[in-house]
Amino acid sequence: MSVKFSKDHEWVSVAGDIATIGITNHAQEQLGDVVFVELPAIGKKVSKGGDAAVVESVKAASEVYAPLTGEVVEVNRELEGDPALVNRGAEGDGWFMKLKISNPAELTDLMDKNAYDKFVSSL
Amino acid sequence: MNETPLHRTALYNQHASLGAKLVPFSGYDMPVQYPAGILAEHSWTRTNAGLFDVSHMGQCAIAGPDFETTAKFMETLVPADVLGLQPGQQRYSQLLSADGGILDDLMITRSAWKGTEGSLYVVVNAGRKNEDYAHFEKHMPNGIELKRWDHLALVALQGPSAAGVLVKLDPATRDIKFMHSARLSLQGITAHVSHSGYTGEDGFEISVANEDAVKLWQLLLADPEVRPIGLGARDSLRLEAGLCLYGHDIDETTSPIEADLLWSIQKRRRVEGGFMGATRVLQEIANGPARKRVGIKPEGRAPAREGTVVTDRGGRPIGTVTSGGFGPTAGGPVAMGYVETAFAKAGTAIQLIVRDKPMPAQVVTLPFIPHNYKR
Repeated sequence: MSVKFSKDHEWVSVAGDIATIGITNHAQEQLGDVVFVELPAIGKKVSKGGDAAVVESVKAASEVYAPLTGEVVEVNRELEGDPALVNRGAEGDGWFMKLKISNPAELTDLMDKNAYDKFVSSL
Repeated sequence: MNETPLHRTALYNQHASLGAKLVPFSGYDMPVQYPAGILAEHSWTRTNAGLFDVSHMGQCAIAGPDFETTAKFMETLVPADVLGLQPGQQRYSQLLSADGGILDDLMITRSAWKGTEGSLYVVVNAGRKNEDYAHFEKHMPNGIELKRWDHLALVALQGPSAAGVLVKLDPATRDIKFMHSARLSLQGITAHVSHSGYTGEDGFEISVANEDAVKLWQLLLADPEVRPIGLGARDSLRLEAGLCLYGHDIDETTSPIEADLLWSIQKRRRVEGGFMGATRVLQEIANGPARKRVGIKPEGRAPAREGTVVTDRGGRPIGTVTSGGFGPTAGGPVAMGYVETAFAKAGTAIQLIVRDKPMPAQVVTLPFIPHNYKR
């Protein structure tokens, strides 16, 4: 099970047809203290590049885009009571949602860890 | 606009070496936060003492032949009672346009020092200083002049420990009453210290020569009670304290009465008028303004940001959020904005349209966190 990354700073971990999605550690560092996360409804259909969630720091609100097309099957309810979990564990316990993906071919558009690290250092 | 190089304050290198995240603010490259982060910086200021670089603000003197002449001139531009200031005393006021809109808000201090008895010391917003200075000069009679004090740095020391920290450096700090100022010697650094601030906490603003700024900054930071605080926490602190930010909560379209700043217009001025914009201000004092700045408490957890539409519970638009975010001490979202006067009473149920969805909220009395001034 490998982790892939998007240019919008989301990570994706796929097991079967279920993709777990969160924001990268780089993204949480840029945001600063996360104070609110708005998660999608279970059953919501999201499409690659479309709005999927909202993450708010003290300073500003940012959209989280769906890195893949699919249907939301689970969300991380922990984030509602403890949004700072995104800061403490962006690429682990601070995951946002699980999608049942409908187009696995989209995975090839995402970057591996090396490519993402290179992308971040080029910013 | 991106082509204009950003100004740096005398403390720029200090921020950089402390690991601050620097952002453009009113033409200056300013620290928005240090590595501790906005939440920790905010809480530190509410419980200990936070040190802020606010050198981007405009410091100047309006200098005339004697206090009365200078104060009378200032009273033509602002609605505050300037003539009634005691030596060293300070007041918050607003520069008003002819139609009663707010051109800027500012602090005015009467000089208490020999040789400058005819001067008022004025601090204005960074983003407005050129306009303000031009406004002063346009209306100034012969014999009064504007002195730009660009050679001065300004830092704020804010929080319940601030007074104790300064008393250790100069016991004379004890004698500075709230909204008064004095000249102190802080370990050999000559400083103009005023007992005021922009956080709702007790605190001081300290003006020193640019060449002394680093020494003062390091001297204050050497105290274990003091930590550096960026503009991010400055914003969340002032929002919880219900204090206006120019260009957001007040601007040329809002009057001081709409902005709920009647407290800053002393009685004599309400009766006599005689300041620019008085027609609208006095009319609104008499009849009430059409809209009013209020505190807004969202009932859920989602912050409502600046620009959020406010509606009544039926969905009719009644106003706009002008500042909004997360209040770390309040422990949830906080906001302020303008609503039609009929909805301005504390306890009124309203809605905020956040991402196209109506969120329940309530009009509340400001501030969100009680002021902690030692008067």
